Amino acid sequence: MNAQGFVHKYGDHVDTDVIIPARHLASQDHKELASHCMEDIDKDFIHKVKEGDIMVAGVNFGCGSSREHAPIAIKASGISCVIAASFARIFYRNSINIGLAILECPAASAAIENGDEVKVDFDTGIITNLTKNQTYQAEPFPEFIKDMIQKGGLMASIKK
Amino acid sequence: MGMTMTQKILAAHAGLKEVHPGQLINAKLDLVLGNDITTPVAINEFEAAGFDEVFDKDRIAMVMDHFVPCKDIKSAAQCKQCRTFAKRFDIEHFYDVGEMGIEHALLPEKGIVAPGEAIIGADSHTCTYGAVGAFSTGVGSTDMGAAMAAGETWFKVPSAIKVVLTGKKKPYVSGKDIILTLIGMIGVDGARYQSLEFAGPGVSELTIYDRLTISNMAVEAGAKNGIFPVDEVTKAYVEGRVDRPWTAYEADADAEYDRIIELDLSEIDCTVAYPHLPENIHSAREGKDIAIDQMFIGSCTNGQLADLAAAAEILKGKHLAPGVRGIVIPATQHVYRECMRLGYTDIFLDAGCVVSTPTCGPCLGGHMGVLAAGERCISTTNRNFVGRMGHVDSEVYLASPAVAAASGIAGYICHPEEVLK
Repeated sequence: MNAQGFVHKYGDHVDTDVIIPARHLASQDHKELASHCMEDIDKDFIHKVKEGDIMVAGVNFGCGSSREHAPIAIKASGISCVIAASFARIFYRNSINIGLAILECPAASAAIENGDEVKVDFDTGIITNLTKNQTYQAEPFPEFIKDMIQKGGLMASIKK
Repeated sequence: MGMTMTQKILAAHAGLKEVHPGQLINAKLDLVLGNDITTPVAINEFEAAGFDEVFDKDRIAMVMDHFVPCKDIKSAAQCKQCRTFAKRFDIEHFYDVGEMGIEHALLPEKGIVAPGEAIIGADSHTCTYGAVGAFSTGVGSTDMGAAMAAGETWFKVPSAIKVVLTGKKKPYVSGKDIILTLIGMIGVDGARYQSLEFAGPGVSELTIYDRLTISNMAVEAGAKNGIFPVDEVTKAYVEGRVDRPWTAYEADADAEYDRIIELDLSEIDCTVAYPHLPENIHSAREGKDIAIDQMFIGSCTNGQLADLAAAAEILKGKHLAPGVRGIVIPATQHVYRECMRLGYTDIFLDAGCVVSTPTCGPCLGGHMGVLAAGERCISTTNRNFVGRMGHVDSEVYLASPAVAAASGIAGYICHPEEVLK
């Protein structure tokens, strides 16, 4: 399983209020949520993003509210993977549950720049920066999470 | 190796003698919670997976609080979806307009959460119930949907930060100032994935409402939960509210902590978090240059009767500064009624405030006090992120009810002593 795309880069503590502002939470429609994704810190994101692109950020990505609408909006915008130096715990859990690929990698977070082309190998956790010709090693998913993903997510994994 | 209070509760709910940090466990849940924003997504997941029964109709709580009384057609549809589901499964703790309150004030008030219990909620401030000695943490909607079916969920056992409280609070200092000070010390990710375990002689100096505010904002330091030991203050609060057996867990003397932080309550002054992170703290005495347009007192963080009493004490016989809009929102129907009975509502109205029925409303920029570009609000809420209460160019300053009330009177951020001189 791989992802490859161009990078949209953000800073530290990107919170769920800027990923999807609460004024849009009366909707559960994935495409509608995606159309407002990141608008409070990057109005152009939704016009620039292409299917398969990758989001890269600093520490504590997804902090704040537990709204699952945040990873849903990112995934529905076409982003194939989020790489951050670290993730807030509820966001991490929600992303796994809804099938948004996320990787913790401080080295990649520090070195990758906006617009770089990046390839991710989820089996090995190796992130390749095709623009800069660099590689970074991310923490691969723990077995428990891999198992859940293989079963088709949380809901499928608890079905008797 | 000894266990922390959180680890003991998790071990008991996982049917294990002991657990260690990093261990992945499945734990039985005493309560699964959701609100009008997160529950519809959980219901969709629950139904899409083909479940046709809930694990226990008495152990699911659904509180319509974020956008109610409904602000628009879409939010009305979301509440309707929750209402239909609650009726179908005969959900015991479904709270709609007329009975509802802000979830994290309502559940402790009604004794739906108790010491020693394990609780998840599809709302990040579910960590509030650590104040009564429960393990509680926020999750997303899919976790809620799965837990409504299974009655259990997986956790990674957290390591811990011990916060040792000493000393006595200064006048006008409350739980809000204490938790803002702590977040300022350790940062908004200072306790990421960890539990905050409060301890020390200073705990007994804190009211249950101080503790509820402190545990409520544990998530703003990135923590999984923030928990207090069960003492006489806890027992006095849960007595008459909780009508089932409960367990007080205590940390082992040899429990291991990643870090121990000492906090002398007597050194904490009234504190304000400036935009756009709760860690960006300043003394309330430094705010003279920060003129405000709106004062908001309420939310799951500071909408309890004790919070409104603190605000009423300052606002009594005074009026908001010209140009300041004051919004007061009691967190539950009980608090609302008590405000009327005790004369607080008159104090707020005489001061020029509006008093609304319970809702999360303005805290998340939902309704009942959304900010325009360039406006500033002194707010007793929990987050001051970009655009949190409205326009991306508006600003939120987080403070206690006493500081918010004083600032409303002054028209700029100030310490309560300044307006009571």
